[in-house]
Amino acid sequence: MKTSVSLKINGKSYQDDVEPRTLLSDFIRHHAGLKGTHVGCEHGVCGACTVMIDGKTARSCLAFAVQCQDHDITTVESLGTQEELSPLQQGFWEKHGLQCGYCTSGMLMLATELLEHNPTPTRDEIREAISGNLCRCTGYQTIIDSIARAVEIKAGTALEAAE
Amino acid sequence: MTGPATIFDRPNRYIGQPTPRADAARLLAGRGRFVDDIQLPRMVHAAFHRSPHAHARIVSVDVTAARAASGVLGVWTGAEMAALVTPYVGVLTHMAGLRSAPQHPLAVDVARWQGEPLVMIVARSRAEAEDAAELVEVDYEELPPACDATTALAKDAAVIHADFGSNLAWERKVDVGDIDAAFAQPGVQIVEREFRFGRHTGVTLESRGTVCEFDPSEGCLTMHYSGQAPHMMQVILSRLMSLPEENVRVISNDVGGSFGIKIHTYGDELAAAVAARALGRPVKFVADRMESFLTDIHARDHVVKARMGVTASGTIVGIDMHDLTGIGPFSMYPRTSAIECNQVLNLTGAPYTMQHYRAHGQVVFQNKNLMCQYRAVGHPIAMAVADGLLEDAARVIGMDPVELRRRNLMADDSYPRSSTAGMKLDDLSHQAALKKLCEIMDYDGLRAEQARLREQGIFRGIGFVSMVEVTNPSPMFYGIGGAPIASQDGATVRLDAGGALHVSSSITEQGQGTNGILAQIAAGVFGVDIDRVKVTTGDTGTVPYGGGTWASRGAGIGGEAMLLAAQALKEQVLDVAAVMLQSEPGLLDIRGGAVVDAATGAERMGLADLARTVYYRGNELPSDLKPELIATRHYRVTDFPFVFTNGAMAAHVEVDPETGFVKVLHFWAVEDCGRVINPMLVDEQVRGGVVQGIGGALYEECLYSDDGQLLNATMADYMVPMAAEMPEITVAHIETPTKTSFLGAKGAGEAGTGGAPAAILNAVNDALQPMGATIWQMPMTPERILKVLGKV
Repeated sequence: MKTSVSLKINGKSYQDDVEPRTLLSDFIRHHAGLKGTHVGCEHGVCGACTVMIDGKTARSCLAFAVQCQDHDITTVESLGTQEELSPLQQGFWEKHGLQCGYCTSGMLMLATELLEHNPTPTRDEIREAISGNLCRCTGYQTIIDSIARAVEIKAGTALEAAE
Repeated sequence: MTGPATIFDRPNRYIGQPTPRADAARLLAGRGRFVDDIQLPRMVHAAFHRSPHAHARIVSVDVTAARAASGVLGVWTGAEMAALVTPYVGVLTHMAGLRSAPQHPLAVDVARWQGEPLVMIVARSRAEAEDAAELVEVDYEELPPACDATTALAKDAAVIHADFGSNLAWERKVDVGDIDAAFAQPGVQIVEREFRFGRHTGVTLESRGTVCEFDPSEGCLTMHYSGQAPHMMQVILSRLMSLPEENVRVISNDVGGSFGIKIHTYGDELAAAVAARALGRPVKFVADRMESFLTDIHARDHVVKARMGVTASGTIVGIDMHDLTGIGPFSMYPRTSAIECNQVLNLTGAPYTMQHYRAHGQVVFQNKNLMCQYRAVGHPIAMAVADGLLEDAARVIGMDPVELRRRNLMADDSYPRSSTAGMKLDDLSHQAALKKLCEIMDYDGLRAEQARLREQGIFRGIGFVSMVEVTNPSPMFYGIGGAPIASQDGATVRLDAGGALHVSSSITEQGQGTNGILAQIAAGVFGVDIDRVKVTTGDTGTVPYGGGTWASRGAGIGGEAMLLAAQALKEQVLDVAAVMLQSEPGLLDIRGGAVVDAATGAERMGLADLARTVYYRGNELPSDLKPELIATRHYRVTDFPFVFTNGAMAAHVEVDPETGFVKVLHFWAVEDCGRVINPMLVDEQVRGGVVQGIGGALYEECLYSDDGQLLNATMADYMVPMAAEMPEITVAHIETPTKTSFLGAKGAGEAGTGGAPAAILNAVNDALQPMGATIWQMPMTPERILKVLGKV
C-alpha cells in the first residue's frame, strides 16, 4: 500500500509513491537520489544521516518520509556550489577533517547549525556540538580544527566584503 | 641527474608536504560513491535469516512461505548454496598445525554462532526481502555451546568440530634462552599478572556491502565491494564460484572505513554473488548494523598470564607468558585467525634487549562470531603485556618507568639486529623516540603536577608504551602459506596528450589518503604540478596487480612502486625529449610540467607539446624512436619478512575513585614511520589509531551471555569513542627511512591502535597506585575500576 509523498529538499520538490514505512533517509537517498546523506546505524545513534528539518538538525533515519510532507529538508548537497566549496567544506578540506568521508555529511550539518547559532564557538563548544556524531576514522581533533578554520574563512570573507 | 637520491628536494617537491587530498573535496560535497549509493537497472536486494542460537543442529528448514512472499525472486537454503560454492578452509601451511573446518556461505547442518547466515532471500526491495526472511521456519535443536575461551579446552567442553576431538585450533611455543634459570638468579624479582582483553570490533561507519552483477554473455561477474583487497576477492570469487579468474572483476570505490574488517570472506557477500549469477540481475546486500555486530569479524579476546623478571638495577631478564585466544567456530578464510596469536608471540617485548623469552599461545574454537585481523593485529596485546609488566616491575624496584625503559630499550645504533623472539629489526629509534616524547609532554612538569594534585585528592596517572609495529609485509606473511594474497603492488603512470599524468595503482583507498600520496609521489618524482595527476585505484579491471591496503603496507609498498614507475616514465620522456631537442637526456629535467634545461631551469618544451607530437604527429619523429610514455613498476619487500616501525606514546589520565570514570586528559605519540610522505595524513592516521586503541582500552566490548548471545549489538549499547571523551593528541616524528626502498616509507596506520591501550593501562594503574589498586582487564570500565578499588 503506497502513498504519495512530496518533500521539499534543498528548495526543490521531490514526489514519489512510497510505502508508509519508508524512512526519510531512504527517501532522500533512493527516491530523491541525493546520496550525500549516509546511513550508518538506522537506529538514530551514529548521526551519519543528520539533515536539517525546518532548520534544525535531525536524524533522517528516525523519521518517516510521510511525516516530513510540507517540511523543509536540507541536506549536505545544499552546501557550497558546483564550482566552490562552502567555508565549512573548505575548512574540512584544508584541515583534513575527514578520512573515509562517511560521517562527514552529518558533521557538516551539525557544524552548519552550530555556526548559525554561535558564529564564533570555542574549541570546547565545537567539541560539544559534534559529540553526538560518530567518526570512526579521525579522532575528532581535525574535525574541530576544520570547523574552527571555517570560522576564520568566514571572518576573512566578511572582512573582504567590508573592505 | 634524476636519480632517486635527489627526488626529495627537487622542484615540484610534494613528498613531505601536508598537501590536502584532491578527492576529499568530492566527499565533502556529498558526492562519494559508496556501495549503497549504487543503483543499477533491474537491481534486487538480499536479506538473510540468521541463526538465533550460538550452537544448534538445523533439523529442518521450511522456506515455502518465504518463496511465496510478495516481491521474492529467489530463496537459497544452506544446502542449496553449498551445491554452488566450493567450501573454504581458513588454514595456511606456514602456520603449522592450524586446523579449521570447511565453511559454506550459509550454514548447512549446524549453526555455530548467533548471527551465522542460514537462508538468503532476494526480493525486489530490501524491505520485501526482510519481510520474507521473517517467514523462514527453521526447526533448531539446541546444542550445548562452548562460548568461553578459558573453558573451551576443558575435558567436558562441547567440541564444536567433532572430528578434531577438541576445540584447539592451533598452538605455538617459543623458547629462547633459559627463562627458568634466569628467573631463579639471585636478585631477580618477578612480577606476574593475568591480563584480559575483551572482544571488540571494527564498527566501520559504512557497514559491509556489495552489489554483484553477472553478464551471462561473457560469463563475467562484477562485484562492487566495500573492501580493501580487490585482487584477493577476485581470486576468492573465482575459486569458490568456479569462474575463470579473468571473468571476475572487483571494484572498490569509496569505502566508509575498513580497519581490517573488510579483508575477509563473508558468506553473505559470497551468497549475493551467487544470487546475481543465478538470477541474471544485479543483487545488492548491505549489512544492517545488527548484522555488522553479529558477523563483521571481532578482534582480541585474549587471556594472558605473564611474568617478567627484573633485577634491582633495572635489567629486564625476560618474559614468560601464556596467551589463550578464542576465535569463534572457524578460522577466517583466507588469512586465518591464528595470525593474531602468532603476532602476540612474535612481538611481546620486541623493543627490549632481554635475553630470555618463553611464550605459549593457544588458539581455540568457540561458539561466538569469528575473530580475525583487525587494525594492529596482536599488537595491543603484545605491547600491553610487555609494557604493563615493565611499569609494574618499575613500581616493584622503585624506578621511574621511563628510566627502566631507557636501560632496556635497544640502542639506536645497534641495528640491524634481531629481537629476542627472532624478528629481524632495522632502522629503529626507540631511545630517540622516548627522549623526544618526554620533551614534548614535559614529563618532569607533569610528574610534579601529579604529586601536587594527589595532595588534593585528585588522582592523575601517566603511562607509557615503547612499541614496534609490523608494516610493509613481504611474501612471508601470507603468500608463503598459500594464501591468494599479493605481497607486491604495482603502479602505472601514463603521460597523456594534454601533458597530465594518469596514475593507477593496486593499493586501495579507505580514507587514509592513498590516492593523495600516489599523486604526491608521481607529481614530485616526475615533475608536474599535483593538479595534473589523476589517480585510479580499486578496480581489478584497470589497475596493476597487487595486494591492496592492509597491514600498514599501502604507502610503503604501493608508494615505492609509484616512485619507481614515475622515475621510469621520466627517463622515457627525457629520452624522447633529447631526440626532439637534439640534446642529451642527462642535460634535461622535467619541472613544472615542462622539459627544462637541467642546469639553468630554462624551459625547452612543454610536456603537452611532447606528448602531442608523439601521439598525433609521430611522423615528425625518427622512425627508430618508439616512445611508450607509460611505465609500470612493481615492488615487494625482499630482505625482511616485515619492515618494523617503532614509536613511543604516553597517556595522561584522571581516575575518579568515586565513579570509576577515566578521563583521558592528553595523549602524545612519537612515531618513526620512516620517510613521512604527507605529515597531515600520517598524523591523522596515528590519531585515528590512538582513538581506536583508547576505545579498546576503555569502552569497547562485545558482551556475550554464557549461552553465546551478543548482548550489545546496537550502537546505543556498544560504546565507541565520541568527541566529548577524546583528548587532544599530539603527534611528533622521528624519521629513520627504511633502507629497503628508495622512498624509505614504513607504515603508520596501526601504530596508535597497537600502542594506546598499553599507555592507557599504565596511566590508569599509575593513577590507582596511591589507592593500592591495579587493573589488568580491558576495557577498563568504571565498574571494573570500582571493583579493583573494592567499592562494588
